[in-house]
Amino acid sequence: MSATTHRIPARALAVGSVLLGAAVLVSLTVGKGGVGSADALRALLDPEPGNAAHLTVRSVRLPRALLAVLVGAALALSGALVQTLTRNALAEPGLLGVTAGASFAVVLGTRFLGVSGQAPTLLIAFVGAAVAAVAVQAVGRADPLRLVLAGVALTAVLAGLSIGIRLTDPETFDKYRFWSVGSLAGREQLPLLLPCLVLTLALAAALLLGRPLGALMLGDDVAQGLGVPVARVRGLTLVVATVLAATATAVAGPIMFVGLIVPHLVRRFAQASITWLMVLCLVVGPLLMVVADTLARVLLQTGEVPVAVLTAVLGGAMLIWVVRRHGAMEL
Amino acid sequence: MSLTLPVAPGRRLRLDVRTALVCLVLALLSLAIGLVSLCWGSGWDPPGDVLAALRGEGPIQISVTQWRMPRIVAALVFGVALGLAGAIFQNLTRNPLGAPDIIGLDAGAYTGVLLVFTLTAASEATIMLAALAGGLSAALVVYLLSSGTGFSGLRLVVIGIGVQAILTAVNSWIILRAELDVAIAASVWQAGSLNGLDWVDIDTPVTVIAVLTVALVLLARPLHQAALGDDLAITSGVRLERLRVLLVLLGVGLSATVTAVAGPIVFIALAAPQIGRRLAGAAGVPLLPAALAGALLLTGSDLLSQWILAPTVMPVGVVTTGVGGLYLLWLLTKEIRR
Repeated sequence: MSATTHRIPARALAVGSVLLGAAVLVSLTVGKGGVGSADALRALLDPEPGNAAHLTVRSVRLPRALLAVLVGAALALSGALVQTLTRNALAEPGLLGVTAGASFAVVLGTRFLGVSGQAPTLLIAFVGAAVAAVAVQAVGRADPLRLVLAGVALTAVLAGLSIGIRLTDPETFDKYRFWSVGSLAGREQLPLLLPCLVLTLALAAALLLGRPLGALMLGDDVAQGLGVPVARVRGLTLVVATVLAATATAVAGPIMFVGLIVPHLVRRFAQASITWLMVLCLVVGPLLMVVADTLARVLLQTGEVPVAVLTAVLGGAMLIWVVRRHGAMEL
Repeated sequence: MSLTLPVAPGRRLRLDVRTALVCLVLALLSLAIGLVSLCWGSGWDPPGDVLAALRGEGPIQISVTQWRMPRIVAALVFGVALGLAGAIFQNLTRNPLGAPDIIGLDAGAYTGVLLVFTLTAASEATIMLAALAGGLSAALVVYLLSSGTGFSGLRLVVIGIGVQAILTAVNSWIILRAELDVAIAASVWQAGSLNGLDWVDIDTPVTVIAVLTVALVLLARPLHQAALGDDLAITSGVRLERLRVLLVLLGVGLSATVTAVAGPIVFIALAAPQIGRRLAGAAGVPLLPAALAGALLLTGSDLLSQWILAPTVMPVGVVTTGVGGLYLLWLLTKEIRR
């Protein structure tokens, strides 16, 4: 590729990174508990062991911001992969049944297998998401519209079934309620090493898929001619996208729209390069998530707005803006 | 296969045999389920007693004619209305996802109802008006945002999904900020249910739906012509802009009327037209199969909702998503094998 094709995405990446850095800093310094901005900065640079305010920043706000970054990156990248794979600008892990599959599996697990605790919940959410993704792909096959239709149908079925189960069993209802809000509040206190590891690995794997996926976009025949193992690349992409969306969903609950809107936003800057698309998603996804999470903490006088509510408002507005300005982008 | 029947001198009615058969079967099934529902109350009553009750005799006369009957009429009529509303929007957008519950109209109606609950005293009339106003405003916003240079169905659906997301978020925000009793009342309404509907509750909505359906029948021909493509429609003399506005009004009217009385019963407007279309093997989204599939889905789901967890009655919206979604999935897989 020539240097000019890299200039625009590189600039977008630089601007995005600066904004992301600023957003993370703001999210660390803003919040309740009477910790001022100056104090928060000092906690980061020069922490005093006995200072409660510094403890708040380092053990609550910092991990929460990191979590927001990881979840945002995972959802956005997963969306980019699914949209590329299905050549459908409307495809999103949520629309393709992944979120509903994870939710349903959590309900089933808590009701019938007595699952509780983080690692088992994570595992079962992942299994549910994977099964749902495979089922939707099997029904939808190559036709993009039918894929979305199948995803919506499966989502509806699973949602109906899990409401049914929750209505019959108050205890499951109670446990699920906590998980389903779609929020980062309190999640930073859970042991997050495992999901973070999984997410990082999957993010790296996704970036490696950029080149073969780019070849795939030229058409299956061309890709085959270029020596790309088409079936294997498709399969791997689906696996990675599912791992990303499922882990993020298992950690943060169902958060819609990040996976749909972020690839839409950055597609114009990526200059038709799949690798650039993914790299930009890695910056803009976290940006959206961190901003939404910060707003979630400060908007209400008491308590928090679930971050999923804010991503929906921000994402919905951006989606409308993008579609109005550039049309519903066909891939 | 189609038959051509001479209706009157010089006028012939083309009749697609498969479509006619499908419609007949759907209608008969809906009525049969309605009859079974008449027999099903707190327990099973033999059909003989129910028939006697319908003639105005016997011990269960009140519960059959005053309690079960209005519910079944509501299920049939509301099912038809939702199926039609879905068919209108799917024809308009030429997209199977263009259903009022996907593109934000239901969410808009719910926003209207929530505002009434929180700001003023909620009565039946204000709730209904608010649902209508909310649905219409949402439709207006989606339509205005998606118009511009030309009309694109896909663009309308995507913008509708965006509006739906924002409105859903606003709704949960209102519920979060509301007093507890308001929040509970609003959630009960949201579940979507035909429980406790009386003749008094349904007479106005049924009349409204009947009027809107007649109006829709008058527009059916240009609707199907428009679905074939803009150019073709214009050459065959359809005034597209006016037709679209009229159709949007009808579709919103139909779905918002149901939403106002029974709460958002999701998924029927999405699934029924697609089911009807696939059963009839039609190229577009025909209205009559959609309406009848809607009636069958809602009556069937309502019966199931009373029976699954008896004596607890599930919100019918829960069952419609399960039943309609499964059937749609099955139809989609069958389509692949062919």
